Amino acid sequence: MAMFSQNPLMNGPNYSFNEAPRVNAPEGARQHRFDPYTDNGGSTLAIAGADFAIMAGDTRLTSGYSINSRYHPKVFKIGGTTADQKDATLVLSVVGFMADGEALKEKLDSICKMYRYRHGKAMSVEACARRLSIILYQKRFFPYYAYAILGGLDEQGKGAVYSYDPVGSYEREQCRAGGAAASLIMPFLDNQVNFKNQYEPGSGEGHALQERERRPLTRAEVEILVKDAFDGAVERHIEVGDGLQMMVVTATGIEEIYLPLKKD
Amino acid sequence: MDHRPQNWGRPRDDVYGAYDGSYLQSSGPKQATQSPIVTGTSVIALKFKDGVVMAADNLASYGSLARFTDVPRLRSFAETSVIGFGGDVSDMQYLNRHLTDLSIDEAYAAPSSTDTTTSPGAGTLNAANLHKYLQKLLYSRRNNFDPLWNQILVAGLDSSEAPFLASVDMRGTAFTSPSLATGFGAALAQPIMRRYAETDEQAAQLSREEAVKIIKECMKVLYYRDARSLDKYSLAVVTKAGVEISEDEQLEQQSWAFAERIKGYGTQTV
Repeated sequence: MAMFSQNPLMNGPNYSFNEAPRVNAPEGARQHRFDPYTDNGGSTLAIAGADFAIMAGDTRLTSGYSINSRYHPKVFKIGGTTADQKDATLVLSVVGFMADGEALKEKLDSICKMYRYRHGKAMSVEACARRLSIILYQKRFFPYYAYAILGGLDEQGKGAVYSYDPVGSYEREQCRAGGAAASLIMPFLDNQVNFKNQYEPGSGEGHALQERERRPLTRAEVEILVKDAFDGAVERHIEVGDGLQMMVVTATGIEEIYLPLKKD
Repeated sequence: MDHRPQNWGRPRDDVYGAYDGSYLQSSGPKQATQSPIVTGTSVIALKFKDGVVMAADNLASYGSLARFTDVPRLRSFAETSVIGFGGDVSDMQYLNRHLTDLSIDEAYAAPSSTDTTTSPGAGTLNAANLHKYLQKLLYSRRNNFDPLWNQILVAGLDSSEAPFLASVDMRGTAFTSPSLATGFGAALAQPIMRRYAETDEQAAQLSREEAVKIIKECMKVLYYRDARSLDKYSLAVVTKAGVEISEDEQLEQQSWAFAERIKGYGTQTV
Protein backbone atom coordinates (compact mmCIF):
# COMPACT_ATOMS: atom_id res chain seq x y z
CA MET A 1 0.00 0.00 0.00
CA ALA A 2 1.90 3.02 -1.30
CA MET A 3 -0.10 5.32 0.98
CA PHE A 4 1.61 4.03 4.10
CA SER A 5 5.04 3.76 2.56
CA GLN A 6 7.83 6.01 3.71
CA ASN A 7 9.91 4.96 0.75
CA PRO A 8 10.60 7.91 -1.56
CA LEU A 9 11.23 5.49 -4.43
CA MET A 10 7.60 4.44 -4.33
CA ASN A 11 6.05 7.81 -3.73
CA GLY A 12 8.48 10.41 -4.96
CA PRO A 13 9.15 13.09 -2.37
CA ASN A 14 7.04 12.55 0.73
CA TYR A 15 4.74 15.56 0.40
CA SER A 16 1.26 15.03 1.72
CA PHE A 17 -0.39 16.01 -1.57
CA ASN A 18 1.42 13.20 -3.35
CA GLU A 19 -0.81 10.91 -1.34
CA ALA A 20 -4.03 12.04 -3.06
CA PRO A 21 -6.01 8.99 -4.13
CA ARG A 22 -5.40 8.06 -7.75
CA VAL A 23 -8.80 7.65 -9.34
CA ASN A 24 -8.96 4.75 -11.78
CA ALA A 25 -12.55 5.35 -12.86
CA PRO A 26 -13.19 5.85 -16.58
CA GLU A 27 -13.19 9.39 -17.95
CA GLY A 28 -16.26 11.36 -16.91
CA ALA A 29 -17.34 8.79 -14.32
CA ARG A 30 -15.46 10.50 -11.53
CA GLN A 31 -17.22 10.83 -8.21
CA HIS A 32 -15.88 12.96 -5.42
CA ARG A 33 -15.33 10.71 -2.45
CA PHE A 34 -14.54 11.62 1.10
CA ASP A 35 -10.94 10.84 1.95
CA PRO A 36 -10.71 10.39 5.70
CA TYR A 37 -6.93 10.88 5.76
CA THR A 38 -4.55 13.78 5.27
CA ASP A 39 -0.89 14.18 6.03
CA ASN A 40 0.01 17.05 8.32
CA GLY A 41 3.75 16.79 7.64
CA GLY A 42 6.40 17.26 10.28
CA SER A 43 9.04 14.91 11.55
CA THR A 44 9.99 13.14 14.77
CA LEU A 45 13.17 11.62 16.11
CA ALA A 46 14.10 9.47 19.10
CA ILE A 47 17.49 8.38 20.42
CA ALA A 48 18.15 6.07 23.37
CA GLY A 49 21.23 6.65 25.52
CA ALA A 50 22.79 4.63 28.34
CA ASP A 51 20.61 6.18 31.05
CA PHE A 52 18.29 8.51 29.14
CA ALA A 53 16.05 8.69 26.06
CA ILE A 54 15.50 11.78 23.96
CA MET A 55 12.26 12.22 22.01
CA ALA A 56 12.03 15.13 19.60
CA GLY A 57 9.68 16.57 17.02
CA ASP A 58 9.26 19.77 15.08
CA THR A 59 6.21 21.91 15.87
CA ARG A 60 4.97 22.81 12.38
CA LEU A 61 1.53 21.61 11.29
CA THR A 62 0.90 21.74 7.54
CA SER A 63 -1.80 20.97 5.05
CA GLY A 64 -0.56 20.98 1.46
CA TYR A 65 1.58 24.10 0.99
CA SER A 66 -0.10 25.91 3.92
CA ILE A 67 1.32 26.19 7.42
CA ASN A 68 -1.66 25.70 9.73
CA SER A 69 0.25 26.31 12.93
CA ARG A 70 3.82 27.07 13.93
CA TYR A 71 3.41 25.57 17.39
CA HIS A 72 1.60 22.25 17.48
CA PRO A 73 3.46 19.68 19.61
CA LYS A 74 3.98 16.12 18.37
CA VAL A 75 5.70 14.84 21.51
CA PHE A 76 3.62 14.02 24.59
CA LYS A 77 4.15 12.82 28.13
CA ILE A 78 2.07 9.70 28.74
CA GLY A 79 0.55 8.08 31.79
CA GLY A 80 0.97 10.66 34.55
CA THR A 81 -1.51 10.66 37.42
CA THR A 82 -3.09 13.97 36.44
CA ALA A 83 -3.72 16.00 33.31
CA ASP A 84 -0.53 18.03 33.76
CA GLN A 85 1.52 14.78 33.46
CA LYS A 86 3.92 15.95 36.18
CA ASP A 87 4.81 12.40 37.28
CA ALA A 88 4.79 10.79 33.81
CA THR A 89 7.61 8.39 32.96
CA LEU A 90 6.89 7.71 29.27
CA VAL A 91 6.93 9.87 26.17
CA LEU A 92 5.05 9.27 22.92
CA SER A 93 5.65 11.03 19.62
CA VAL A 94 3.21 10.82 16.73
CA VAL A 95 3.48 12.11 13.18
CA GLY A 96 1.43 11.68 10.03
CA PHE A 97 -2.29 12.44 10.25
CA MET A 98 -2.47 14.50 13.43
CA ALA A 99 -6.16 13.88 14.24
CA ASP A 100 -5.41 10.14 14.35
CA GLY A 101 -2.13 10.75 16.15
CA GLU A 102 -3.82 12.72 18.90
CA ALA A 103 -6.65 10.21 19.21
CA LEU A 104 -4.00 7.51 19.60
CA LYS A 105 -2.16 9.58 22.21
CA GLU A 106 -5.32 10.13 24.24
CA LYS A 107 -6.24 6.44 24.08
CA LEU A 108 -2.80 5.29 25.23
CA ASP A 109 -2.73 7.95 27.93
CA SER A 110 -6.07 6.91 29.39
CA ILE A 111 -5.02 3.24 29.35
CA CYS A 112 -1.78 4.09 31.19
CA LYS A 113 -3.75 6.16 33.70
CA MET A 114 -6.14 3.25 34.33
CA TYR A 115 -3.15 0.93 34.80
CA ARG A 116 -1.64 3.31 37.35
CA TYR A 117 -4.98 3.56 39.16
CA ARG A 118 -5.44 -0.22 39.32
CA HIS A 119 -1.87 -1.29 40.09
CA GLY A 120 -0.59 1.69 42.03
CA LYS A 121 2.51 2.05 39.86
CA ALA A 122 3.42 3.49 36.48
CA MET A 123 3.33 1.19 33.45
CA SER A 124 6.76 -0.12 32.39
CA VAL A 125 7.95 0.93 28.94
CA GLU A 126 7.97 -2.71 27.76
CA ALA A 127 4.32 -3.21 28.78
CA CYS A 128 3.23 0.10 27.33
CA ALA A 129 5.06 -0.69 24.09
CA ARG A 130 3.16 -3.96 23.65
CA ARG A 131 -0.14 -2.28 24.57
CA LEU A 132 0.45 0.44 21.97
CA SER A 133 1.08 -2.20 19.32
CA ILE A 134 -2.25 -3.82 20.21
CA ILE A 135 -4.11 -0.49 20.08
CA LEU A 136 -2.73 0.14 16.60
CA TYR A 137 -3.51 -3.37 15.36
CA GLN A 138 -7.07 -3.18 16.67
CA LYS A 139 -7.65 -0.65 13.92
CA ARG A 140 -5.88 -2.78 11.30
CA PHE A 141 -8.59 -2.26 8.66
CA PHE A 142 -9.11 1.48 9.29
CA PRO A 143 -5.69 2.33 10.67
CA TYR A 144 -4.51 5.28 12.70
CA TYR A 145 -2.40 6.90 9.97
CA ALA A 146 0.34 7.88 12.38
CA TYR A 147 3.92 6.83 12.92
CA ALA A 148 4.40 6.48 16.65
CA ILE A 149 7.59 6.28 18.70
CA LEU A 150 7.51 5.47 22.40
CA GLY A 151 10.39 6.37 24.70
CA GLY A 152 11.26 5.74 28.33
CA LEU A 153 13.66 3.91 30.61
CA ASP A 154 13.61 0.12 30.79
CA GLU A 155 13.71 -1.97 33.97
CA GLN A 156 17.53 -1.72 34.10
CA GLY A 157 17.28 2.06 33.78
CA LYS A 158 18.64 2.07 30.21
CA GLY A 159 17.10 4.35 27.60
CA ALA A 160 14.47 2.55 25.50
CA VAL A 161 12.97 3.59 22.18
CA TYR A 162 10.20 1.59 20.49
CA SER A 163 9.13 2.51 16.95
CA TYR A 164 5.90 1.55 15.18
CA ASP A 165 4.27 1.48 11.80
CA PRO A 166 0.61 2.58 11.47
CA VAL A 167 -0.75 -0.97 11.96
CA GLY A 168 1.29 -1.89 15.01
CA SER A 169 4.48 -3.64 13.91
CA TYR A 170 7.11 -2.55 16.39
CA GLU A 171 10.65 -3.10 17.56
CA ARG A 172 13.02 -1.68 20.14
CA GLU A 173 15.79 0.37 18.59
CA GLN A 174 18.71 2.60 19.47
CA CYS A 175 17.33 5.42 17.36
CA ARG A 176 14.54 6.11 14.89
CA ALA A 177 13.30 9.01 12.76
CA GLY A 178 9.67 9.24 11.70
CA GLY A 179 7.45 11.35 9.46
CA ALA A 180 8.00 13.56 6.44
CA ALA A 181 11.78 13.88 6.76
CA ALA A 182 12.43 10.37 8.11
CA SER A 183 14.22 9.43 4.90
CA LEU A 184 16.50 12.45 5.32
CA ILE A 185 17.26 12.00 9.01
CA MET A 186 17.56 8.20 9.34
CA PRO A 187 20.76 7.76 7.27
CA PHE A 188 22.36 10.57 9.26
CA LEU A 189 21.44 8.74 12.47
CA ASP A 190 22.77 5.41 11.16
CA ASN A 191 26.09 7.11 10.63
CA GLN A 192 26.24 9.25 13.76
CA VAL A 193 24.57 7.01 16.37
CA ASN A 194 25.35 3.50 15.16
CA PHE A 195 28.60 4.55 13.42
CA LYS A 196 27.59 2.83 10.17
CA ASN A 197 30.15 3.17 7.36
CA GLN A 198 32.76 4.38 9.81
CA TYR A 199 35.95 2.31 9.89
CA GLU A 200 39.19 2.35 11.84
CA PRO A 201 41.68 4.34 9.75
CA GLY A 202 44.42 2.21 8.25
CA SER A 203 42.84 -1.10 9.35
CA GLY A 204 43.10 -2.52 5.84
CA GLU A 205 40.92 -3.07 2.80
CA GLY A 206 37.84 -5.17 2.02
CA HIS A 207 37.12 -7.75 4.72
CA ALA A 208 40.09 -6.58 6.73
CA LEU A 209 38.38 -3.24 7.31
CA GLN A 210 37.52 -2.81 10.96
CA GLU A 211 34.33 -1.04 11.93
CA ARG A 212 34.62 1.82 14.35
CA GLU A 213 33.69 0.49 17.77
CA ARG A 214 30.26 1.58 19.00
CA ARG A 215 29.92 3.43 22.26
CA PRO A 216 26.87 4.95 23.95
CA LEU A 217 26.58 8.67 23.27
CA THR A 218 26.39 11.21 26.08
CA ARG A 219 23.32 13.32 26.60
CA ALA A 220 25.10 16.50 25.47
CA GLU A 221 26.22 14.77 22.25
CA VAL A 222 22.71 13.51 21.54
CA GLU A 223 21.10 16.90 22.06
CA ILE A 224 23.48 18.42 19.52
CA LEU A 225 22.84 15.52 17.15
CA VAL A 226 19.08 16.05 17.35
CA LYS A 227 19.38 19.77 16.64
CA ASP A 228 21.72 19.10 13.69
CA ALA A 229 19.38 16.45 12.29
CA PHE A 230 16.44 18.85 12.38
CA ASP A 231 18.44 21.78 11.00
CA GLY A 232 19.30 19.53 8.07
CA ALA A 233 15.71 18.38 7.60
CA VAL A 234 14.39 21.95 7.73
CA GLU A 235 16.79 22.93 4.98
CA ARG A 236 15.60 20.21 2.60
CA HIS A 237 11.96 19.52 3.50
CA ILE A 238 9.23 22.16 3.28
CA GLU A 239 6.92 20.45 5.78
CA VAL A 240 9.48 20.61 8.61
CA GLY A 241 10.35 23.72 10.60
CA ASP A 242 9.28 26.47 13.03
CA GLY A 243 10.27 24.89 16.33
CA LEU A 244 11.98 21.87 17.86
CA GLN A 245 10.45 20.27 20.93
CA MET A 246 12.61 17.82 22.86
CA MET A 247 11.70 15.64 25.84
CA VAL A 248 14.58 14.09 27.76
CA VAL A 249 13.54 11.09 29.88
CA THR A 250 15.90 10.49 32.81
CA ALA A 251 15.61 8.67 36.13
CA THR A 252 14.78 11.99 37.82
CA GLY A 253 11.93 12.89 35.46
CA ILE A 254 11.18 14.31 32.04
CA GLU A 255 12.80 17.56 30.94
CA GLU A 256 11.27 19.58 28.15
CA ILE A 257 13.38 21.75 25.83
CA TYR A 258 12.13 24.07 23.09
CA LEU A 259 14.48 25.46 20.45
CA PRO A 260 13.56 27.63 17.47
CA LEU A 261 13.96 26.30 13.92
CA LYS A 262 13.84 28.20 10.63
CA LYS A 263 10.32 29.49 9.95
CA ASP A 264 10.61 29.73 6.12
CA MET B 1 -62.65 6.95 -11.01
CA ASP B 2 -60.32 5.24 -8.63
CA HIS B 3 -62.18 5.04 -5.33
CA ARG B 4 -59.11 4.18 -3.24
CA PRO B 5 -58.04 7.40 -1.56
CA GLN B 6 -54.43 6.25 -1.23
CA ASN B 7 -54.13 6.48 -5.02
CA TRP B 8 -55.57 9.98 -5.38
CA GLY B 9 -53.17 12.64 -6.51
CA ARG B 10 -50.69 10.11 -7.87
CA PRO B 11 -49.74 9.46 -11.48
CA ARG B 12 -52.23 6.92 -12.86
CA ASP B 13 -50.84 3.40 -13.13
CA ASP B 14 -52.74 2.78 -16.42
CA VAL B 15 -51.09 5.81 -18.00
CA TYR B 16 -47.59 5.87 -16.45
CA GLY B 17 -47.14 2.26 -15.29
CA ALA B 18 -46.85 1.11 -11.72
CA TYR B 19 -44.80 3.33 -9.48
CA ASP B 20 -41.25 2.09 -9.13
CA GLY B 21 -40.92 1.92 -5.36
CA SER B 22 -37.28 0.79 -5.53
CA TYR B 23 -36.21 4.45 -5.50
CA LEU B 24 -37.58 4.75 -1.98
CA GLN B 25 -35.95 1.61 -0.65
CA SER B 26 -32.71 2.21 1.12
CA SER B 27 -31.11 -0.98 -0.11
CA GLY B 28 -27.37 -1.17 -0.50
CA PRO B 29 -24.80 0.75 1.50
CA LYS B 30 -25.77 3.79 3.53
CA GLN B 31 -25.16 7.04 1.71
CA ALA B 32 -23.55 9.88 3.60
CA THR B 33 -22.43 13.36 2.58
CA GLN B 34 -19.89 12.90 -0.18
CA SER B 35 -19.51 16.55 -1.12
CA PRO B 36 -20.66 19.94 0.11
CA ILE B 37 -23.61 21.57 -1.73
CA VAL B 38 -24.35 25.07 -0.42
CA THR B 39 -21.07 26.45 0.84
CA GLY B 40 -19.58 29.37 2.69
CA THR B 41 -16.10 30.63 1.86
CA SER B 42 -13.30 31.88 4.14
CA VAL B 43 -13.51 32.64 7.83
CA ILE B 44 -10.67 34.71 9.29
CA ALA B 45 -9.78 35.53 12.89
CA LEU B 46 -7.03 37.30 14.81
CA LYS B 47 -6.16 37.45 18.50
CA PHE B 48 -5.44 40.79 20.18
CA LYS B 49 -4.58 42.08 23.65
CA ASP B 50 -7.80 41.13 25.40
CA GLY B 51 -9.78 39.03 22.97
CA VAL B 52 -10.32 37.81 19.43
CA VAL B 53 -11.73 39.39 16.25
CA MET B 54 -13.39 37.17 13.66
CA ALA B 55 -15.01 37.85 10.27
CA ALA B 56 -16.78 35.97 7.49
CA ASP B 57 -18.93 37.23 4.64
CA ASN B 58 -22.70 36.63 4.53
CA LEU B 59 -22.76 34.57 1.34
CA ALA B 60 -23.90 30.98 0.91
CA SER B 61 -22.90 29.84 -2.59
CA TYR B 62 -24.45 27.07 -4.65
CA GLY B 63 -21.43 26.09 -6.68
CA SER B 64 -20.47 29.29 -8.49
CA LEU B 65 -23.97 30.79 -8.01
CA ALA B 66 -24.21 33.42 -5.27
CA ARG B 67 -27.40 31.75 -3.98
CA PHE B 68 -28.12 33.18 -0.49
CA THR B 69 -26.70 36.60 0.27
CA ASP B 70 -27.83 37.07 3.86
CA VAL B 71 -26.51 34.07 5.76
CA PRO B 72 -24.48 35.08 8.81
CA ARG B 73 -21.77 32.47 9.35
CA LEU B 74 -20.53 33.68 12.73
CA ARG B 75 -22.60 32.31 15.59
CA SER B 76 -22.34 32.97 19.30
CA PHE B 77 -22.68 30.12 21.81
CA ALA B 78 -22.95 29.92 25.59
CA GLU B 79 -22.66 33.74 25.63
CA THR B 80 -18.89 33.31 25.80
CA SER B 81 -17.70 32.24 22.37
CA VAL B 82 -17.99 32.86 18.66
CA ILE B 83 -17.81 30.06 16.13
CA GLY B 84 -17.21 30.79 12.45
CA PHE B 85 -18.24 28.18 9.89
CA GLY B 86 -16.77 27.59 6.44
CA GLY B 87 -17.86 24.79 4.13
CA ASP B 88 -21.31 23.20 3.93
CA VAL B 89 -24.11 25.47 5.15
CA SER B 90 -26.60 22.73 6.02
CA ASP B 91 -23.96 21.08 8.21
CA MET B 92 -23.43 24.52 9.79
CA GLN B 93 -27.15 24.74 10.55
CA TYR B 94 -27.07 21.26 12.05
CA LEU B 95 -24.12 22.20 14.26
CA ASN B 96 -25.83 25.46 15.18
CA ARG B 97 -28.86 23.57 16.49
CA HIS B 98 -26.70 20.99 18.20
CA LEU B 99 -24.47 23.53 19.97
CA THR B 100 -27.44 25.66 20.98
CA ASP B 101 -29.04 22.61 22.62
CA LEU B 102 -25.73 21.79 24.25
CA SER B 103 -25.22 25.26 25.69
CA ILE B 104 -28.81 25.35 27.00
CA ASP B 105 -28.29 21.98 28.69
CA GLU B 106 -25.00 23.16 30.15
CA ALA B 107 -26.56 26.39 31.41
CA TYR B 108 -29.21 24.39 33.26
CA ALA B 109 -26.71 21.82 34.56
CA ALA B 110 -24.24 24.39 35.86
CA PRO B 111 -26.01 27.72 36.21
CA SER B 112 -23.76 30.69 36.74
CA SER B 113 -23.60 31.77 40.34
CA THR B 114 -26.45 33.87 41.68
CA ASP B 115 -23.97 36.72 41.91
CA THR B 116 -25.04 38.83 38.93
CA THR B 117 -21.75 40.71 38.78
CA THR B 118 -19.92 37.77 37.18
CA SER B 119 -19.87 37.59 33.41
CA PRO B 120 -22.84 35.79 31.88
CA GLY B 121 -22.36 32.07 31.50
CA ALA B 122 -19.37 32.03 33.82
CA GLY B 123 -18.59 28.55 35.05
CA THR B 124 -20.17 26.92 32.01
CA LEU B 125 -18.83 26.34 28.51
CA ASN B 126 -15.88 28.42 27.36
CA ALA B 127 -14.35 28.54 23.91
CA ALA B 128 -11.74 25.89 24.73
CA ASN B 129 -14.50 23.52 25.88
CA LEU B 130 -16.55 24.12 22.73
CA HIS B 131 -13.50 23.60 20.53
CA LYS B 132 -12.60 20.29 22.17
CA TYR B 133 -16.23 19.17 21.90
CA LEU B 134 -16.39 20.06 18.20
CA GLN B 135 -13.08 18.30 17.55
CA LYS B 136 -14.38 15.08 19.12
CA LEU B 137 -17.69 15.40 17.24
CA LEU B 138 -16.12 16.00 13.84
CA TYR B 139 -13.51 13.28 14.37
CA SER B 140 -16.12 10.69 15.30
CA ARG B 141 -18.22 11.69 12.27
CA ARG B 142 -15.21 11.20 10.00
CA ASN B 143 -14.59 7.80 11.66
CA ASN B 144 -18.13 6.82 10.61
CA PHE B 145 -17.49 8.10 7.06
CA ASP B 146 -20.31 10.60 7.58
CA PRO B 147 -18.36 13.84 7.86
CA LEU B 148 -19.67 17.29 8.70
CA TRP B 149 -18.18 19.17 5.75
CA ASN B 150 -16.93 22.26 7.58
CA GLN B 151 -13.83 24.14 8.53
CA ILE B 152 -14.52 25.84 11.82
CA LEU B 153 -12.85 28.59 13.83
CA VAL B 154 -13.63 28.92 17.54
CA ALA B 155 -12.87 32.20 19.32
CA GLY B 156 -13.28 33.28 22.91
CA LEU B 157 -11.42 32.92 26.17
CA ASP B 158 -9.90 29.81 27.74
CA SER B 159 -10.24 28.69 31.36
CA SER B 160 -7.55 31.17 32.47
CA GLU B 161 -9.43 33.98 30.65
CA ALA B 162 -6.66 34.38 28.04
CA PRO B 163 -7.71 34.94 24.40
CA PHE B 164 -8.38 31.60 22.72
CA LEU B 165 -8.50 30.91 18.98
CA ALA B 166 -8.51 27.47 17.42
CA SER B 167 -9.59 25.64 14.30
CA VAL B 168 -11.07 22.23 13.57
CA ASP B 169 -11.81 20.70 10.18
CA MET B 170 -14.03 17.96 8.75
CA ARG B 171 -11.46 15.27 9.63
CA GLY B 172 -11.10 16.37 13.24
CA THR B 173 -7.70 17.97 12.76
CA ALA B 174 -7.46 20.70 15.38
CA PHE B 175 -4.85 23.40 15.94
CA THR B 176 -4.36 26.88 17.35
CA SER B 177 -2.44 29.93 16.20
CA PRO B 178 -2.40 33.70 16.89
CA SER B 179 -4.23 34.20 13.58
CA LEU B 180 -6.26 31.65 11.64
CA ALA B 181 -8.06 31.54 8.30
CA THR B 182 -10.01 28.87 6.42
CA GLY B 183 -10.34 28.31 2.68
CA PHE B 184 -8.98 31.06 0.45
CA GLY B 185 -8.20 33.08 3.55
CA ALA B 186 -5.39 30.65 4.39
CA ALA B 187 -3.59 31.83 1.24
CA LEU B 188 -4.72 35.46 1.03
CA ALA B 189 -5.47 36.73 4.55
CA GLN B 190 -3.13 34.65 6.72
CA PRO B 191 0.08 36.28 5.37
CA ILE B 192 -1.36 39.75 6.09
CA MET B 193 -2.41 38.82 9.61
CA ARG B 194 0.93 37.11 10.32
CA ARG B 195 2.71 40.34 9.39
CA TYR B 196 1.14 41.87 12.53
CA ALA B 197 0.86 38.82 14.79
CA GLU B 198 3.42 36.13 14.03
CA THR B 199 3.52 35.06 17.67
CA ASP B 200 1.19 35.17 20.67
CA GLU B 201 3.44 37.84 22.20
CA GLN B 202 2.97 40.07 19.16
CA ALA B 203 -0.79 39.44 19.17
CA ALA B 204 -0.87 40.49 22.83
CA GLN B 205 0.50 43.89 21.75
CA LEU B 206 -2.39 44.57 19.35
CA SER B 207 -5.23 46.82 20.43
CA ARG B 208 -8.82 46.04 19.55
CA GLU B 209 -8.91 48.88 16.99
CA GLU B 210 -5.74 47.65 15.29
CA ALA B 211 -7.04 44.09 15.13
CA VAL B 212 -10.38 45.16 13.66
CA LYS B 213 -8.56 47.29 11.09
CA ILE B 214 -6.35 44.35 10.02
CA ILE B 215 -9.36 42.04 9.74
CA LYS B 216 -11.27 44.61 7.64
CA GLU B 217 -8.27 44.96 5.34
CA CYS B 218 -8.13 41.17 4.93
CA MET B 219 -11.85 41.01 4.10
CA LYS B 220 -11.24 43.55 1.33
CA VAL B 221 -8.36 41.55 -0.12
CA LEU B 222 -10.56 38.44 -0.01
CA TYR B 223 -13.41 40.22 -1.77
CA TYR B 224 -11.12 41.41 -4.55
CA ARG B 225 -9.59 37.98 -5.21
CA ASP B 226 -12.07 35.31 -4.03
CA ALA B 227 -14.78 34.84 -6.65
CA ARG B 228 -17.15 33.17 -4.14
CA SER B 229 -17.19 36.12 -1.76
CA LEU B 230 -19.45 39.04 -0.92
CA ASP B 231 -18.92 42.63 0.20
CA LYS B 232 -21.43 42.19 3.02
CA TYR B 233 -19.91 40.46 5.99
CA SER B 234 -20.18 39.75 9.73
CA LEU B 235 -17.64 40.93 12.25
CA ALA B 236 -17.38 39.56 15.77
CA VAL B 237 -15.30 40.72 18.73
CA VAL B 238 -15.03 38.49 21.81
CA THR B 239 -13.57 39.86 25.04
CA LYS B 240 -14.01 39.27 28.74
CA ALA B 241 -16.99 41.63 28.53
CA GLY B 242 -18.81 39.26 26.20
CA VAL B 243 -19.55 38.79 22.51
CA GLU B 244 -20.38 41.53 20.01
CA ILE B 245 -21.42 40.41 16.55
CA SER B 246 -22.32 42.83 13.80
CA GLU B 247 -23.95 41.03 10.88
CA ASP B 248 -24.33 43.90 8.41
CA GLU B 249 -20.82 45.18 7.83
CA GLN B 250 -20.10 46.63 4.40
CA LEU B 251 -16.63 46.77 2.83
CA GLU B 252 -15.24 50.30 3.05
CA GLN B 253 -13.11 52.03 0.41
CA GLN B 254 -13.77 49.27 -2.09
CA SER B 255 -14.08 49.98 -5.80
CA TRP B 256 -13.69 48.25 -9.14
CA ALA B 257 -13.06 51.60 -10.88
CA PHE B 258 -9.42 50.70 -11.47
CA ALA B 259 -10.49 47.77 -13.63
CA GLU B 260 -11.28 49.77 -16.75
CA ARG B 261 -7.75 51.17 -16.79
CA ILE B 262 -6.21 47.72 -16.95
CA LYS B 263 -5.23 46.86 -20.50
CA GLY B 264 -3.46 44.03 -22.22
CA TYR B 265 -5.48 41.00 -21.14
CA GLY B 266 -7.74 38.63 -23.09
CA THR B 267 -9.01 39.65 -26.52
CA GLN B 268 -8.49 43.35 -25.92
CA THR B 269 -5.98 44.72 -28.41
CA VAL B 270 -5.44 48.36 -27.38
